[in-house]
Amino acid sequence: MINKKDVEYIANLANLKIDEDDKELFTRQLDDILNYVEKLNELDTEGVVPTAYTVPMKNVLREDRVGLSIPREKALANAPDKKDGQFRVPRIISE
Amino acid sequence: MELYDLTIHELKDKLASREISVNELLDSFYKRIGGVEEKVKAYVTLTEKEARESAKELKAEFKGKLAGIPLAIKDNLSTEGIKTTCSSRILENYVPPYDATVVSRLKEAGAITLGKTNMDEFAMGSSTENSGFFPTRNPWDLERAPGGSSGGSAAAVAAGEAAGALGSDTGGSIRQPAAFCGVVGLKPTYGLVSRYGLVAFASSLDQIGPITKDVEDAAILLNVIAGHDPMDSTSVKMEIPDYTRFLKEDVQGMKIGLPREYFSMDFAAEVKESVLAGVQRLEEAGAKVEEVNLPSADYALAAYYIIAPAEASSNLARYDGVRYGYRSKKAHDVKEMFTNTRNEGFGDEVKRRIMLGTYALSSGYYDAFYLKAQKVRTMIKEDFDRLFYEYDLLISPTTPTTAFKIGEMTDPLEMYQADIFTVPVNIAGIPAISIPCGFDSNNLPIGLQIMGPHFGEGKIIQAAYTLEQILEIKDRRPELEVSV
Repeated sequence: MINKKDVEYIANLANLKIDEDDKELFTRQLDDILNYVEKLNELDTEGVVPTAYTVPMKNVLREDRVGLSIPREKALANAPDKKDGQFRVPRIISE
Repeated sequence: MELYDLTIHELKDKLASREISVNELLDSFYKRIGGVEEKVKAYVTLTEKEARESAKELKAEFKGKLAGIPLAIKDNLSTEGIKTTCSSRILENYVPPYDATVVSRLKEAGAITLGKTNMDEFAMGSSTENSGFFPTRNPWDLERAPGGSSGGSAAAVAAGEAAGALGSDTGGSIRQPAAFCGVVGLKPTYGLVSRYGLVAFASSLDQIGPITKDVEDAAILLNVIAGHDPMDSTSVKMEIPDYTRFLKEDVQGMKIGLPREYFSMDFAAEVKESVLAGVQRLEEAGAKVEEVNLPSADYALAAYYIIAPAEASSNLARYDGVRYGYRSKKAHDVKEMFTNTRNEGFGDEVKRRIMLGTYALSSGYYDAFYLKAQKVRTMIKEDFDRLFYEYDLLISPTTPTTAFKIGEMTDPLEMYQADIFTVPVNIAGIPAISIPCGFDSNNLPIGLQIMGPHFGEGKIIQAAYTLEQILEIKDRRPELEVSV
């Protein structure tokens, strides 16, 4: 159902990299799981409305009012790299 | 019995009558932790300094429903100023800038945090072996797994390393470890307890709940954590009853269903016997028991392994090494930084589930997998709704086996089967409890699961309490050698 090429493609979408040695194992394991979930096709779901949340709820609205927020220093406290009160990342646009 | 062996309600009484002080209580727990933690390894972080501080602050005004009660908190619940790792390398040094709503509620009630407990990385697993740090061991048999993902919380309570604990349950992560460790675990209705500050795994399934030594303690903790929170848009606005009012020995006339599909599955004979014996005791106490049909239950696990990974793949996209957590040193550009960070930071099971979810949501597969699973979810929910129209509660085993050995489960799909009885509950959003109902021939605890309709926690507590009183096994504790 799923092959090594698919695994490489999905890994790229998910910003993951599977080591060459593990690719075969991952492919087999994911294939096993996907084959198992195939059993959902035994059920006829024609006309069934999908459920995202099981407890019925309407749109949850609140007043648009300024509240408390986390101060900048606190929000930056866990940053692996920061500069001038901002998160710093490697260069995005090359020269 | 030592103080660390006592239940929350027993400790409350002793504290209220000033028979013991909060510091004496903390002494007892930290001494116990010092004696057994090397073997059990339930905690990722111990917070003794903070706990002693909290005890000092309490002295001035000794009130609150949980004043002075020492608890353990699963390490996916945000604690301000205290590391919250989700047992993942990627969050190894993450210190949240705020408290989860359940954590602030516990604080307001006067509870004291002993430490943060180990878990399967990002709550993905059923044995706590997927922890990015170390496996936790089952206090009943150190060669065996405590279950998971809240294995640290369940093991801590069973080993007397905490009076009670909080866990989270996405597919059985409170109930399954509770069953393996011989303690009580309650997964509340989706929406009853705020998820604000719970590090998200599968947002439409996750729910926080108590792990305790008995049913009364579960009711006491639920009273504190349940209730509407504007910070969680899925938290339900409703009147919360006092759950301790349901602590009465009475199942007279209660209608209980036993789903045929569950009991006809191939699982451990000793588990089946013990659960059916428990059901019989309830019948003798006046409950009406009948076999019922839950035809879609067999498909819940398959739907779960689409829905949960799909939501996880989206939720875990945030771990990119930019705002918090681990960042790979090996990176020349941003894409490489993202990829190497995630590759080095996540364990195999987390990667597997992200991949599975990404696949199920990817172009061309969305309808076949995700939409299909959401439709099956409707069918499962309707099956339960139909049964609860006629029956008060449903009973099943919590797990198909008792605790398995560490390292025994090597195949992911095989491990997933450990949650076969617990997953349908999350898919339907209903509440369920696991309570100990007996022991197998290896002296390992067996768990019995009681399921109820949405917001039916009261009835669940009543039936669980009744059975607990009849069985008289709740004071049994594992024998652990204490190292000095």
